[in-house]
Amino acid sequence: MINPDSVGRTFKGVEEVTVTQSQIDAFAAVIGETDTSVAPPTFSIRISLSQYESILTQPEIGVDWTRLVHGDQKFEIFRPIVAGDVFTCSATIETLRVAAGNEIVSVRSDLHNGNELVVTSWSTLVVRG
Amino acid sequence: MIEVGMTLPEKVFYIDRALLKAYADASGDQNPIHQNEEFALSVGLPNVISHGMLTMALAGKYVTEWAGGSANVREFSARFIKPVIVPAGEKVDLTVVATVTEVDGKTVKLDITATSAGVKVLGMAKAVVVK
Repeated sequence: MINPDSVGRTFKGVEEVTVTQSQIDAFAAVIGETDTSVAPPTFSIRISLSQYESILTQPEIGVDWTRLVHGDQKFEIFRPIVAGDVFTCSATIETLRVAAGNEIVSVRSDLHNGNELVVTSWSTLVVRG
Repeated sequence: MIEVGMTLPEKVFYIDRALLKAYADASGDQNPIHQNEEFALSVGLPNVISHGMLTMALAGKYVTEWAGGSANVREFSARFIKPVIVPAGEKVDLTVVATVTEVDGKTVKLDITATSAGVKVLGMAKAVVVK
């Protein structure tokens, strides 16, 4: 079970994440995008999902990653991500509810390059009961 | 002239197992339900399914193509309402179309419809672009 005390709390990612051109190139290639001067709009999920995994699976929060299904996703992009961006990441657990035996957690990711907020995204993650 | 109610040209993407592997590597999401049929069946899925985020990334490509590039997308959201099922040796379609719902200066809001094998796979899919 997810610890209800974690709702409303913001957890900092442990390390900075540097975006490389080869990461953007690989992501763009999958979707057939040839302009790799900026990252595709959903590229930041690469960073956010791995941050969620390391943060939310900590014992004090208790998400079982093996039972996870992605329910929905929203991005607010303040400027496109480019190679060389160095992000500090945070995950905020906004809501937690239980429906039909599943735990449904809404989590927000903020990616900052220095003091600049570049992308905020929201994910609904369903931990199947 | 961009007007509310206008429907943008439809585009069909194709998804196969090789694309799922490429997306897994590019995104870091190596969940076996997107690559390993035996595992997918063992957790009650009908077959290997696409990453929801791959479906959304392809819908995003549709949007950026119309908007004139990745830099022009401000907001993008979707619900994953049905899985895209990807049997071995097959290429399944992801058919994407969008309608203009609001125009405010250079800012355009789109409602996006994405289907695979005739089944709607994204719900409430919306984008805000600057064009």
